[in-house]
Amino acid sequence: MNSVFVYCEIEEGVVADVSLELLTKGRALASALGVRLEAIVLGSNLGGIEKQLFPYGVDVAWIADDRRLAPYTTLPHAKMLVKLFEAEKPQVALMGATSVGRDLGPRVSSALHSGLTADCTSLEIGDYTDAKTKREYKNLLYQIRPAFGGNIVATIVNPDCRPQMATVREGVMKKEILDPARVGEVKRLNVGEFLDDIDFVVKVIERHVEKSRLNIKGAAIIVSGGYGVGSRENFGLLHELANTLGGEVGASRAAVDAGFAEHARQIGQTGTTVRPKLYIACGISGQIQHTAGMEESSIVIAINTDPTAPINKFADYVITGDLNTVIPKMIQYYKKNSK
Amino acid sequence: MKELKIVVLAKQVPDTRNVGKDAMKADGTVNRAALPAIFNPEDLNALEQALRLKETFKGATVHILTMGPGRAAEIIREAMYRGADGGYLLSDRAFAGSDTLATSYAISRALGNLEYDIILCGRQAIDGDTAQVGPQVAEKLGLPQVTYAEEIRGIENGKITVKRRLERGVEVVECPLPTVVTVNGSAPACRPRNARLVMKYKYARASQEGAGERAELLDQHPYLRLTEWNVNDIRCEATELGLNGSPTKVKTIENVVFQAKESKALTADDAGIDELMKELIANHTIG
Ligand SMILES: Cc1cc2nc3c(=O)[nH]c(=O)nc-3n(C[C@H](O)[C@H](O)[C@H](O)COP(=O)(O)OP(=O)(O)OC[C@H]3O[C@@H](n4cnc5c(N)ncnc54)[C@H](O)[C@@H]3O)c2cc1C
Ligand SMILES: Cc1cc2nc3c(=O)[nH]c(=O)nc-3n(C[C@H](O)[C@H](O)[C@H](O)COP(=O)(O)OP(=O)(O)OC[C@H]3O[C@@H](n4cnc5c(N)ncnc54)[C@H](O)[C@@H]3O)c2cc1C
Repeated sequence: MNSVFVYCEIEEGVVADVSLELLTKGRALASALGVRLEAIVLGSNLGGIEKQLFPYGVDVAWIADDRRLAPYTTLPHAKMLVKLFEAEKPQVALMGATSVGRDLGPRVSSALHSGLTADCTSLEIGDYTDAKTKREYKNLLYQIRPAFGGNIVATIVNPDCRPQMATVREGVMKKEILDPARVGEVKRLNVGEFLDDIDFVVKVIERHVEKSRLNIKGAAIIVSGGYGVGSRENFGLLHELANTLGGEVGASRAAVDAGFAEHARQIGQTGTTVRPKLYIACGISGQIQHTAGMEESSIVIAINTDPTAPINKFADYVITGDLNTVIPKMIQYYKKNSK
Repeated sequence: MKELKIVVLAKQVPDTRNVGKDAMKADGTVNRAALPAIFNPEDLNALEQALRLKETFKGATVHILTMGPGRAAEIIREAMYRGADGGYLLSDRAFAGSDTLATSYAISRALGNLEYDIILCGRQAIDGDTAQVGPQVAEKLGLPQVTYAEEIRGIENGKITVKRRLERGVEVVECPLPTVVTVNGSAPACRPRNARLVMKYKYARASQEGAGERAELLDQHPYLRLTEWNVNDIRCEATELGLNGSPTKVKTIENVVFQAKESKALTADDAGIDELMKELIANHTIG
C-alpha cells in the first residue's frame, strides 16, 4: 500500500521521455520506501503500452483507454487522478513539469488538499522535525527546487498531507532501464465509472504539435554558444565543431533571443537541463540561469575573451581567447590527433 | 450578451530577473532589499488581454485582485493607469507564509465576493516560480481552466476561444464561461500608461496606505478609494490560511553561491589547443 505513483504522458503511442525519467526516479524512491511503483496512463489507442513501462521497474500499470482522453484536456484527466488517488492513497505522486503536468498537477493538488512542489531538480528521502511542534517525521520526500529566479534553492517537504506531489522538468532526471524482461500487473480503469459528459466541456478545436526532433538532452557532447558568438552565421562554426566531435549544438538564452539559434537548443533554467560528457561553452558568460542547466556536465571547456567570465568557475579547462580563432584550431587539432 | 466582467489576478514581485551586481552581496547571496518591487511580468500580459476584451465588448469591466502587503496597491494603480476600472487589495497578516494552496484558497474566497465571467492570471510569478495558483483557484471555484493562453480569439454564445502556446506547438480550445485563463509571456505586451489616466488615478489609495493630506480629495472622488479586504471580509476558515493552511513547508533555503572548480588554464595558441585535444582523446572524452 501507499505506493509511489507516476503520471505518464504519451506522445503518439510512445511514453514521453520525461515520464520514463520519473519512473526511473520513482523506482529508486519506491525501493527506498519499500513500496510499489505504479504508473498511470490515460489516453487513447494504448494497446501494449505497458510493455514500455515495465522495464523501468513498474509494478502496476493503471491504464484508461478511451477516445475522449486524447488529446489531453484538464478536467477529465484531473478527475480521474483525484478519484484514483482518493482510493489508492499514494504517498508520493510525480508528474512532468510540462505543459500537461503543470496544468494538471495544481488542479489535482487543490482538489486533494495536498502540497505540490514545482520544478524539482532533485528528490530524496529523508527525515524532518517540525521546528514548532518538534514532531518528527520519518521518510518524507525532500523536494529540492530553485526559486527566486534561480538565486535560491529550497528544500520543501509535505509533512501531513498525501500524496506528496512534485513536478520535474524533462532532462532533469536520468532514465535507465531496470530490467528489459520485467513484467508487472495491468489494471484497467473503466472511464465511465469516473467521468460524466460535463467533464468534457472544454473542446480542442485545433492542434499543431511538433515532435521533438532535436535530441540535445541525449547528446554526449554539446558545443554551446552564447551572445559572444555574434551572429547566426558564426553559429555555423559551432555546428562544424559539433559535427566533427559527434555532438549537438546548444545555446544560451541571450543567443536564442538574438535569433542566433532556435529555442529548442536553449540550455538552462528556462530551457533544457543537460548533463553531457563534454560541454564546450563558447562566448557564454555563465549566468546562473544558464549554469543551472549544465553544471552537472562531466567536463566543461570555457572559451571566452574575458578571463574573469563567471563560466570559468564551472570549467575544467579555461581557454581565454576569441572563439573565432579557437574553434577552427580545435577542429584542426582534433582531426590531426584522432587519426 | 450581458456585460462582461473580468477580474485579473496580479501579484507584486521582487524583480528577480535583474539580480545585478549590487543585488548580490559579497558572500554571493541575494540582497533582496536591493530588488525593486514590480508588477509580475506575465500578469501584465494578462491585463492586456483583459483590456482588449474591454475594448471589444461594450460595457465590459476590468478589476484587479491582488493579495499582498499594503504597498501591493501600487500595482492596482499601475493597472488603472493602463485602463483597468479598479481593484481590490486582499491584505492580512494571517496570509503570511502561504504556499500556493493557501494562496489560492484566500484568493478564491475573495473572488466569492465578486461577480466574474473571466478570471485572468499570469502563467507564473517570477519569485515563487510555480505556475500553480491559477489552476488551483479554478479548481476551488469549480471552474474549467485554460492555461498558457497566447491570444483570446473571441467570445461567442457564452464560450471563449483561446490559442494556447505549448512547449512544442499550439492548440486552440473552446471553453464555456465562466472560466480561469492563465496568460503566457509570449502573448502581446501590455500597453503603456495613459497620461490622462495617470492624472486621474495617481492619488488613488488603499486604506492601509493612508490618504495623508489628500483625504479631502478622496472624499470628493470615492473612486480613488481602493477597496481593501482582510480575513473578516472574506468567508474563510482560519485553519486554511497562511502557514497553517499550507501543506508544503520550507525545510531549508540555500542561497546559490558560486563555487569555483579546480580548472586548468590553457593558452589559445596552437600548442595549447593541440595539447587539449590530445588529452581529451586520451581520456576518452572525445574520439
Ligand atoms: C527567469 C530567467 C530565466 C533565464 N533562463 C535562462 C536559460 O534557460 N538559459 C540561459 O542561457 N539564460 C537564461 N537566462 C538569461 C541569463 O540570465 C543570461 O542573460 C544569459 O545566459 C546570458 O547569455 P550569454 O552568456 O550568451 O550572454 P552574455 O552575458 O552577453 O555573455 C557573452 C559572453 O561572450 C563573451 N564573448 C564576447 N565575444 C567573444 C568572442 N569573440 N570570443 C569568446 N567570447 C566572447 C563575453 O566576454 C561574455 O562573457 C534567464 C534569465 C532569467 C531572468
Ligand atoms: C523559495 C520558495 C519556493 C516555493 N516553492 C513552492 C512550491 O514548490 N509549492 C508551493 O505550493 N508553494 C511554494 N512557494 C510559495 C509560493 O511562492 C507562494 O505561495 C506564492 O504566494 C504563490 O506562488 P507563486 O509565486 O509561485 O505564484 P504562481 O502560481 O506562479 O502565480 C501564477 C499567477 O497567479 C496569480 N497570483 C499568484 N499569487 C498572487 C497574489 N498574491 N495575488 C494575486 N494574484 C496572484 C498571478 O496571476 C500569477 O501570475 C515557494 C516560495 C518560496 C519563497
